[in-house]
Amino acid sequence: MSYFASIESLFYLAATVAVVASLKVVTGNNTVHALLYLVVSLLAVAVCFYLMGAPFAAGLEVIVYAGAILVLFVFAVLMFGLGKDETQHAPQNSGISNMFGAMFLAFALLIELVVIINNAQIQQSLQVKVISSKSVGIMLYGPYLLAVEIASFLLLAGLLAGYHYAKPESQGSQR
Amino acid sequence: MTAIPLFHVLVLSSLLFTIGFTGVVARKNTLFILMSLEVMLNAVGVAFIGAGSAWQQADGQVMFILILTLAAAEVAVGLALLIRMQKKYRSLDIDLLNKMKG
Amino acid sequence: MLLASLPFYPLISFILLIVFAKRLSWHVASFISVGAMAIAALVSMRLVLELSAMPDSVMTANLWHWFNLVTKQGSSDVNMSFYLDGLSAVMICVVTGIGFLIHLFAAAYMKDDANFTRFMAYMNLFIVAMLVLVLADNLVLLYLGWEGVGLCSFLLIGFWYHEKANVLAARKAFIVTRIGDTSMAIGLLLLFNSFGQLNIEALSSLLQQIGSSGTGFSTEQLNDIYWIALLLLGGAVGKSAQLPLQTWLPDAMAGPTPVSALIHAATMVTAGVYLIARMHHLFMFSPEVMTYVAWLGAITLLLAGFAALAQTDIKRVLAYSTMSQIGYMMLALGAGAWSAGVFHLMTHAFFKALLFLTAGAVILALHHQQDLFKMGGLLKKLPVESALFVVGLVCLMALPGTSGFFSKEAIIAQLWSSNTAGPALWWCAIIGAFITSIYSCRLFFLAFLGNKRYRTGLVVEKANLMRSALVVLAMLSLFGGLISLDLSQVFQSARASISFENEPSWLHSVAIATPFFGILFAWYYFKNYRLTKGQDDYVLSASTHSFAVFCRNGLGFDSLYKRLFILPYTWLAKLNRNDIVDKTLMSSAWYIGLWHDVMTMIQNGSLRWYLAAFGLSILVLVGVTIL
Repeated sequence: MSYFASIESLFYLAATVAVVASLKVVTGNNTVHALLYLVVSLLAVAVCFYLMGAPFAAGLEVIVYAGAILVLFVFAVLMFGLGKDETQHAPQNSGISNMFGAMFLAFALLIELVVIINNAQIQQSLQVKVISSKSVGIMLYGPYLLAVEIASFLLLAGLLAGYHYAKPESQGSQR
Repeated sequence: MTAIPLFHVLVLSSLLFTIGFTGVVARKNTLFILMSLEVMLNAVGVAFIGAGSAWQQADGQVMFILILTLAAAEVAVGLALLIRMQKKYRSLDIDLLNKMKG
Repeated sequence: MLLASLPFYPLISFILLIVFAKRLSWHVASFISVGAMAIAALVSMRLVLELSAMPDSVMTANLWHWFNLVTKQGSSDVNMSFYLDGLSAVMICVVTGIGFLIHLFAAAYMKDDANFTRFMAYMNLFIVAMLVLVLADNLVLLYLGWEGVGLCSFLLIGFWYHEKANVLAARKAFIVTRIGDTSMAIGLLLLFNSFGQLNIEALSSLLQQIGSSGTGFSTEQLNDIYWIALLLLGGAVGKSAQLPLQTWLPDAMAGPTPVSALIHAATMVTAGVYLIARMHHLFMFSPEVMTYVAWLGAITLLLAGFAALAQTDIKRVLAYSTMSQIGYMMLALGAGAWSAGVFHLMTHAFFKALLFLTAGAVILALHHQQDLFKMGGLLKKLPVESALFVVGLVCLMALPGTSGFFSKEAIIAQLWSSNTAGPALWWCAIIGAFITSIYSCRLFFLAFLGNKRYRTGLVVEKANLMRSALVVLAMLSLFGGLISLDLSQVFQSARASISFENEPSWLHSVAIATPFFGILFAWYYFKNYRLTKGQDDYVLSASTHSFAVFCRNGLGFDSLYKRLFILPYTWLAKLNRNDIVDKTLMSSAWYIGLWHDVMTMIQNGSLRWYLAAFGLSILVLVGVTIL
């Protein structure tokens, strides 16, 4: 087993990807590019989760964060119409060079995932310390039941607030 | 068996958190601020998962799920507010929201 | 029942007058106020008759329970209840009887005043407070009356508040008496603290009991008694215008003359004497304080006598003479001659009221001219008033046969052999009597003999109301000495064992002869005051000798107090013009303002700034935790 293929090295690689991607999110000028970097960052964090023995969390990270929340962001960006904010002052370069960073990072992650899946030893050592989604579920509906209820209320509140603020003013009662 | 030391996980978490915080404070575009907030929340999730894995407890993941919920709600409200702001000011510059002063 | 109702007659009258005020005509207002006083006077006569029929000569009336004072030894009730014995009987007779006559006089005297009802209302209120004072069965109620009379005195001195001098005089009287009242209040608190009792009767028996028990008083208790007696004396001195606090009384003459007669001569100023007589069981256990009382009285009577010699204002002469006569009462109390002191209080009330009222009538006739050097020769013009005035002066001088003679001789007779007085004080009293007759003569010569020195015509009013009141007072002054005042039951415990054995035999003859020497001296010394110089409009002026001026200004006490208290105080006030305390307080306001500015600067509305502050504070918090 090579040094490269150990869990540790894979983790540090994923962590580096996450940090670099996050930096690009924060420093970027183009909104869509920043969103893409954010996706990469989240995916890298998901890989970290997986390597830390939390496959359920990793799956949620991909599905909810990278899937649902980021889609919301994209919709919002679509609604605002680009080119009005900081992108206005940024150099309007487009094409493959602009996307290179994100592509590179995503590619690194991809390789990493393939390595993990392929390597039986890693799979085996991961199996030992994994925390199953079953135990998480038991915890959620056992001691944390109240927290879950509160979270559901929070979501409801978020739903209502989102609806209220985002609806056209003509429908609102005020003015 | 090998395990990633908790210390390193927490360093990663802190790094992400700091980056996110820098973004929140430094950016003027409110959309970027929201994204940076996501990074920060994510960093907290990393810390929880790492700790849960280090002690082999499911609580860390439970907390992560709760944070996830929080993030979802926050994004929903935050984006709705952004839409509102865009309608009112035709801009996403957070410095336009400066009416809240003593 | 009758006793309980006594203060309510003037009280009802006061309420009626103050409520309806100027809607009442002169007839109705004077009918109400004088009528209430007449009823009160009749009721007190009746009470005195009932009292004399009683075996123990004590009457009590409990109106209602006021409040409870809890002490270490238990609780002591403070009730709204009245207590009538020989001493308070004398006082209510004086207060209601003379009060009635003065009300009668005042109704005529003040007839033309625009605020007639207000005046009569205050007078009635004064009577209420005075009755509460003398009838109180506990010291708290007494203090209530005490402050009540002080208030009425203030209101009535400043009755003509349009003139600045009157207001200043009222303020002076109020502040100076307040000093005494504060001392008295402290005395009461100390008394309650030491003996847990404020009821006069209970306190008296408590003191008797401890005093007659085998152990007697402890040193600590004796010390307490000394201080209590001294503090109560302070209160009495303030109210009765004795030595250190006497300066308010001459200025108080700014009030209307009936006020001077009622409050500042006959009744209120004797409240101090009453207080000491009432608390005699306490004072008796502190012979040092008794001596102080005697000496205070003696010095006051001499100083006031000298001051009276040089006055030019007729009312001020009488005011100083009041101080001097109260000095006699204090001297009597200090010497342990309780009955004599109270007797003199009564007779003095008669003749001093008469003198003041007659002076008022004279002043009214002369268009409010009070300067003695602008009177003169009134004997022929105002024969009735002159006669009445002579009666008053004769009583004041204590010529044999008058009421003043009986009371003053009773005092002087007991001085020589008293344990707490002595020959020195006896001589003071004699010199005082000598001076009294001199200034009385001077007053009479200046006002009624000699040249006519006034410009305006006389207003001779045929006010029978005034005259009748004066005549009754004159009768009382002349024959009041025949009233046998038996206070032995009140002062039973005070029966000191005075032996009159080693007294020189010439004492009494000297005492009786002194006033005549005074008259003789005045007859020659003030010759130019009494002789008619032929021409009218003769100008006689007061002596401008520096000593005379010094005496005229009340022996410099006013300027002394001004140097001692007022100037340092105003100097301090000026020094502290910027108000250090205020500055200190304002610095906290400045500090808050500073933070306000900082906060407004921070609250600039920029959300990113807030976030940065948020982060910074987390940084600091975490940093503190680590360190």
